Amino acid sequence: MSPTNTQDPEYYHKVVDCQYACPAHTPVPEYIRLIAAGKYTEAYMINWESNVFPGVLGRTCDRPCEPACRRGRVEKEPVAICRLKRVAADNKDDISHLLPTIPTEKNGKRIALIGGGPASLTVARDLAPLGYIIDLYDNHKKGGGMMRSQIPAFRLPVEVLDQEVNYVLDMGINTHFDTYVTSLKDVLDKGYDAVFVGTGAPKGRDLDLPGRQEGSANIYIGIEWLASVAFDHTHKIGKKVIVLGGGNTAMDCCRTSRRLGGEEVKVIVRSPFSEMKASPWEKEDAIHEDIPIMDNHVPKSYVVEDGRLKGMMFEKVIAVVTDGKRNLVPTGEPLVFVEADDVIIAVGQENRFEWIERDLGLEFNKWDMPILDEQTFQSTRSNVFFGGDAALGPKNVITAVAQGHQAAISIDLFCQGEDVKKRPAPFTNLVNTKMGIHEWAYDNDVTNDIRYIVPQADKKLTLTNLKKEVELGFDPHTAFAEAQRCLNCDVQTVFTEKNCIECDACMDVCPTSCITFTINEEEEADLRSNLLVPATDWTQDILVSAPLKTGRVMVKDEDVCLHCGLCAERCPTAAWDMQQYLYNSPKASQLSFV
Amino acid sequence: MSYIKPKFAHPRLPQNELGFTKKYYEGALSTLCAGCGHDSISASIVDACFELNIEPHKVAKISGIGCSSKTPAYYLSNSHGFNSVHGRMPSVATGANLGNRSLKYLGVSGDGDTASIGMGQFVHAIRRNLNMTYIVMNNGCYGLTKGQDSATADHGSISKSGKENNFEGIDLCALSIQLGATFVAQSFSGDKKQLVPLIKAALSHEGFSFINVISPCVTFNNNVGSTKSYDYVREHSETVSKLDFVPSHEEIKVDYDHSKMKLVEMHDGSTIKLQKVSPEWDPEDKLSIMTALHNAHQSQEILTGLLYLDNESIELNTLLNTTETPLNQLHEKDLCPGNSVLEGICEGLR
Ligand SMILES: Cc1cc2nc3c(=O)[nH]c(=O)nc-3n(C[C@H](O)[C@H](O)[C@H](O)COP(=O)(O)OP(=O)(O)OC[C@H]3O[C@@H](n4cnc5c(N)ncnc54)[C@H](O)[C@@H]3O)c2cc1C
Ligand SMILES: Cc1ncc(C[n+]2csc(CCOP(=O)(O)OP(=O)(O)O)c2C)c(N)n1
Ligand code: SF4
Ligand code: SF4
Ligand code: SF4
Ligand SMILES: [Mg+2]
Repeated sequence: MSPTNTQDPEYYHKVVDCQYACPAHTPVPEYIRLIAAGKYTEAYMINWESNVFPGVLGRTCDRPCEPACRRGRVEKEPVAICRLKRVAADNKDDISHLLPTIPTEKNGKRIALIGGGPASLTVARDLAPLGYIIDLYDNHKKGGGMMRSQIPAFRLPVEVLDQEVNYVLDMGINTHFDTYVTSLKDVLDKGYDAVFVGTGAPKGRDLDLPGRQEGSANIYIGIEWLASVAFDHTHKIGKKVIVLGGGNTAMDCCRTSRRLGGEEVKVIVRSPFSEMKASPWEKEDAIHEDIPIMDNHVPKSYVVEDGRLKGMMFEKVIAVVTDGKRNLVPTGEPLVFVEADDVIIAVGQENRFEWIERDLGLEFNKWDMPILDEQTFQSTRSNVFFGGDAALGPKNVITAVAQGHQAAISIDLFCQGEDVKKRPAPFTNLVNTKMGIHEWAYDNDVTNDIRYIVPQADKKLTLTNLKKEVELGFDPHTAFAEAQRCLNCDVQTVFTEKNCIECDACMDVCPTSCITFTINEEEEADLRSNLLVPATDWTQDILVSAPLKTGRVMVKDEDVCLHCGLCAERCPTAAWDMQQYLYNSPKASQLSFV
Repeated sequence: MSYIKPKFAHPRLPQNELGFTKKYYEGALSTLCAGCGHDSISASIVDACFELNIEPHKVAKISGIGCSSKTPAYYLSNSHGFNSVHGRMPSVATGANLGNRSLKYLGVSGDGDTASIGMGQFVHAIRRNLNMTYIVMNNGCYGLTKGQDSATADHGSISKSGKENNFEGIDLCALSIQLGATFVAQSFSGDKKQLVPLIKAALSHEGFSFINVISPCVTFNNNVGSTKSYDYVREHSETVSKLDFVPSHEEIKVDYDHSKMKLVEMHDGSTIKLQKVSPEWDPEDKLSIMTALHNAHQSQEILTGLLYLDNESIELNTLLNTTETPLNQLHEKDLCPGNSVLEGICEGLR
């Protein structure tokens, strides 16, 4: 194999598993170290620069970083990255003086943002400091999109959301709330230089079965129902509630029901428990609130008697795999009747683009989704851009933010007359961390602590108060201990061939057998299988050196490196060095908190 | 700041037949200089014991004084150990060996510990064919006391301070063979592929096994002009034999060239496959190897591999017909069998 090109900014980036997995590429280990040092404000600002809503995300993020975390491969559980973020948000000082100053003299370009969710707000945050004049339209009373209308207050306190939404809106954004945009043409006619569509996927799917019409007074669409709870229109629900669906919306619906008078709330889902879309922790939280989850039950009909909903009929199924395809096959048992006063349908959400005229040069595909360039988020009409759930279908807040950043870059390039394909490079920096003998600029000691659990408020309190936040967050001591579990994967093991005298010290000392000196192979597969412990995880790269004096090469499997620095400690010639890698993904306005 | 070995291991670390991973055979984190050859030898000892499926508690590791003699702290932390006085490792090993035949004795020493202060002890352990493996970590200097030339420093070798050594160096392998060592090998700390099978074979040999391992002292004797530096040893090594170790239960493939390969069965049932590099050389012919060592000395080459093997010898305990039971397990009635037995013995001596 030829030597690895570590000059490629993505090589070391990929070693930082969490940051690489984060759609917005938040520099995770850097902020975790700051939390350990008690520098909450600094940790917050690093987050704010990357993901705009650290307080929200520290409570609600889908956390794609955690399954990626290296710690999960060397022991059982990853670092509680998400909940550490919350610690930064909860303990930060006033940050207003740190926010970017907004030029009073504008750059003359006008942008319309349709929808006031995280995607649009990210575009606003990135463009306002550059002097853009920004108009934001949303049909709700306040900004935040589904973070406000869907995520219940017991998971995300309104004050936390308000604070972070206002950091953006206070940048001089002209808000047009209570305004549902019914025509894109009208917006375009106002002469904006560019329009960003961040309208989300606002339509909840219905489930049309016998009895749907007759029972409609007690049958709700989950998304609409949650919004009406969030905006204070709905205050109670029946004692017996069925929630249909197995995703996170279903989890929020059932838990909200428990707080509005639901005593026997059941989640009923077609698929097996293990295949449910909801995150494991959301399922745990629902079960903790005495909500049984009945899996393998396919809804058949709504049972309505004397004009009033009585319950629903279900068919029992089992999952059978035939020809590699998973099918739900009826067990043949009689239908099951489940009693209910109310039914909430939470079986999916859809986009809604009937307000976009089809003669504007903006093409849609056969699923009625806009045709986009997935890197620039530009539509087939060059001055219209998309982002968030409206772009590629419903995902989550952090994805909406990441796409917002990309769209903002595109809009900026477009408005400056540049090619939107000319993407800016990430900012990178690699710094030596050696401080002295056995001393590094980071805490290279690897703690053995297992993952700390986030404490929760008493169920008696949370189930009687819709707004009482369930999770209490880590206290500073626990946060420190949890932060210490981070392996500092951004402190890279950098190898310099010409210094190596092949004494094997690093290979001998490495606690996780990452380093092998061996003869090179043509094929990566052969080289991987010749290592001290074969490198079987191909999602993890191997670092291959140039040929050494004896003709061998040094191969390091990045997979389970603890970043403990022992290789560098034991190297007599500093052929190994521990260097901290900063990777800051590009944004339209490059802030400087990292 | 920390200098602690993390407890985590690679999750897919292989296990040996006893269900142990290599971690179980390791010791504390080394405090030797970074890059010291001795650390590689420690790692090779770990590899060899892991691969031989040795139960660590059936090993006694013994050493003298020196950087080399510190290494038992860095491997086999689950074994017995005795760090003795300078040069006295052979006496302690002899005593322990006579007291308990059931353990495997692994002695490590330095060139100073062995060839200077301990010479008087070393030669007698060989002469008596003590059943042990004796490894010299040979760096041509007294590392621990800041690198003075040792008795194995080659004539003409240049020290770090630029001085040439005017004394003749002792060839520990030639000496061992001459004194009747029954397993003699030479290797280089930087060549684990060769060293690990040699240690495995030595541990499986019954009788005195000696391995002289050239092990560069990075701090005091790795300079240009030194004949014990990484670069010099790599350039001047000449492999005389390649050795493959085959555990007792594994079948041996028969398709080999008898003129080049020799199979030797060890006392514990394992086999070593010896591949000869030079046709004039026979590991069971003392004269051939003494000649080879002499020639190598003339041409400034370092012969490595298994040099000499005598599988027919009788080790000390067998020769003395000592008890199989470790002394600490003998009870009073075994040791004091009573008046009648004593009288019988006295009768026999009249
Ligand atoms: C019940 C539920 C719980 C969720 N929980 C989480 C969670 O815990 N963590 C997480 O990461 N994600 C969660 N999500 C997903 C997350 O809320 C969305 O992925 C994210 O908000 C998408 O952001 P966005 O900016 O694309 O759109 P949205 O947040 O949907 O914002 C779009 C806004 O545009 C408005 N709008 C739509 N059309 C028009 C129009 N024509 N004119 C004017 N305004 C319009 C909408 O009303 C809305 O306010 C959840 C979703 C649901 C339904
Ligand atoms: C009786 C006695 N004399 C002298 C010393 C000083 N001393 C300590 S180590 C050493 C030489 C060690 O050399 P070597 O055995 O080659 O070990 P290395 O450090 O080179 O591995 C000496 C002379 C001592 N500790 N005890
Ligand atoms: S150990 Fe730390 S730096 Fe490494 S992946 Fe996990 S959180 Fe990220
Ligand atoms: S930092 Fe070096 S010694 Fe530590 S695990 Fe990684 S490669 Fe091994
Ligand atoms: S002084 Fe020499 S022999 Fe001793 S630890 Fe350092 S390098 Fe090794
Ligand atoms: Mg020495």
